[in-house]
Amino acid sequence: MSTGKGDIELAGVAKSYDGSTYAVDGINLKIPDGAYCCLLGPSGCGKSTILRMIAGHEDPTVGEILIGGEDVVGLDPVERRTAMMFQSYALFPHLSVRDNIAFALRVRGMAKGARDDKVDAMIEKVQLGEFANRLPAQLSGGQQQRVALARAAITEPRVLLLDEPLSALDEHLRIKMRAELSRMQRDLGITFIHVTHTQMEAIALADMVVVMDKGQIRQAAPAPEVYARPRDRYVAEFIGGQNVLSGTIGQVNGVRATLAGARFSAINIPIVQSRRLESGQMLDIAVRRDDIDLLRPGGAGVPEGSTAIEGSVIGVEYQGNFVKVMLEAGGEDEFVAYVPERRFFEDALSIGDRVLAVWQIDHAHLLA
Amino acid sequence: MKLSRNMTGWLNVTPLLAVLVPFFIVPILVVSVASVMQTDGYGGMFMDFTLGKYLDVATSALTYNLYFATIKFALLTLVFSAFIGFWVAYFLVFHVRSKLIAMGLFLVCTVPFWTSNIIRMISWIPLLGKEGLVNQALLGAGLIHQPLEFLLYSSFAVVVAYVHQLTIFMIVPIFNSMARIDKRVIEAALDAGAGRWDIMRMIVIPMSKSGIALGAIFVVSIVMGDFFVVKVMSGGGTASVVGAFYEDISVLQYPTAAASAVILTIIVMLMVAVILRVVDIRREITL
Repeated sequence: MSTGKGDIELAGVAKSYDGSTYAVDGINLKIPDGAYCCLLGPSGCGKSTILRMIAGHEDPTVGEILIGGEDVVGLDPVERRTAMMFQSYALFPHLSVRDNIAFALRVRGMAKGARDDKVDAMIEKVQLGEFANRLPAQLSGGQQQRVALARAAITEPRVLLLDEPLSALDEHLRIKMRAELSRMQRDLGITFIHVTHTQMEAIALADMVVVMDKGQIRQAAPAPEVYARPRDRYVAEFIGGQNVLSGTIGQVNGVRATLAGARFSAINIPIVQSRRLESGQMLDIAVRRDDIDLLRPGGAGVPEGSTAIEGSVIGVEYQGNFVKVMLEAGGEDEFVAYVPERRFFEDALSIGDRVLAVWQIDHAHLLA
Repeated sequence: MKLSRNMTGWLNVTPLLAVLVPFFIVPILVVSVASVMQTDGYGGMFMDFTLGKYLDVATSALTYNLYFATIKFALLTLVFSAFIGFWVAYFLVFHVRSKLIAMGLFLVCTVPFWTSNIIRMISWIPLLGKEGLVNQALLGAGLIHQPLEFLLYSSFAVVVAYVHQLTIFMIVPIFNSMARIDKRVIEAALDAGAGRWDIMRMIVIPMSKSGIALGAIFVVSIVMGDFFVVKVMSGGGTASVVGAFYEDISVLQYPTAAASAVILTIIVMLMVAVILRVVDIRREITL
């Protein structure tokens, strides 16, 4: 089999089932060869539709889908050399593990000898040797996932498409199988596109995270960037780990500006080269929960280069390595600080305490 | 009051026993006992244990001819009803997109059963008879010059009537097992590169097997136990196993009829056992 490249490009892709409403619209996306890409979004955001269009189970209403540089719209999955791992696996319930894995080779008419060798090697690779003759119903969730992965990978696809591959597993197994997916992707060296609605799963696995909402891409970037530098309020809130504050810009000077909200007095924000800020403009900013320090008011005051808002503690959750402190501050539903465990217990806060939430001005991130 | 585990178990099986004992066990016992009794030739029976009736039935060439004829009808009906039932169910499950329409069409399949069996059978007569619609149409179209005689009062007519009557018993269980095939499983097969024929052969048929087996049990046991359709549709030209008992009863040969009935019961049970051996239907029942 030729080793075509598995880079993918979606250009102006839209899909409508009824001709008037669009499940996805205006999708432009480039995924490099050999990348692990996660499509992330709430249910109904169109992420599965994109996956199915790349897989060839649905055709876009408009737009082009290129795999390895060639337009694949209208081709069937075999010609695209993609393989799909279905949600809840869709294993053939009446076939043994071995026959499930061999299925694609069988329908492609590969001779029995060659087929058996390949299937044996794959069974070995996913460590299912002792289960080869069992039916899917006799396997655990994790084992079923391995069968599904092996069944998809046996055809040596250039792109593997995974539709919510971990959602059928319990929490503990999910983390274990997540590592296995990542190892498998490195072993195979092909492009993986993984659809999920779980932020942590996407961030842990992906080289590239594509955050989606209502049929559109909100941000497509490497995981650390999506986490630390969300593009807009939606991404910041969906990925989590951020506090978002809305306000109106007050004064602007060379390096700093001020932002005042309805429920907090002016705070300092950084000025970045790529953004032009004007007085009176509305702006959202994001501050990471782990960048926030909680001080008692009336102490040493706000350090140089930092800014603060005041609030009161409404909840404390112990998380082990850090303590999650929820504040009533800034007029947001939730303003949260992740305080390292040792630091928290130096001067433990309790519900009702007044605090200053302090962060370094340069750590705030301006949202679109 | 606390019931012992044992007691609870018995209570659980009571409803089933209340049906099985009076309607199955007791009649079978009565027939079995009657089969080893003697008759006085005027309808009276007295106890004088003998297996003579079994011997008579088992050594009579007539018995073999009757079984041959009845099993032939059963198998022909099975083949045609399974074929038609499979495709009807396949169409309903895989080609009708709306669940509501599928359910509606499914109910339409049962419409012929709103009228009595006898009326349905008789309605074939104006269609298949010598002067019937089929013959007139064929004559009118110039395809034949003599009316086709085999259409009515023949084995052909018997099979037509059985298939008409029993295909629903195939459609229902096959529909049921096909409807349980996860559409993603079909999609996974397409993804792997399977063509229509591969999907049919490797996915749909194996996964509908238990439905086909359940349908086969209905069809075989009904045809084996029927005599009326054969009597009417063959015009009296063909006999059947149960038809023979009917004759025995009408001449007051109760023990002979009882012995034949016991033998038929055993043979039908063996046929069902063969079907169950080929296809494990437990999955269909438990899932």
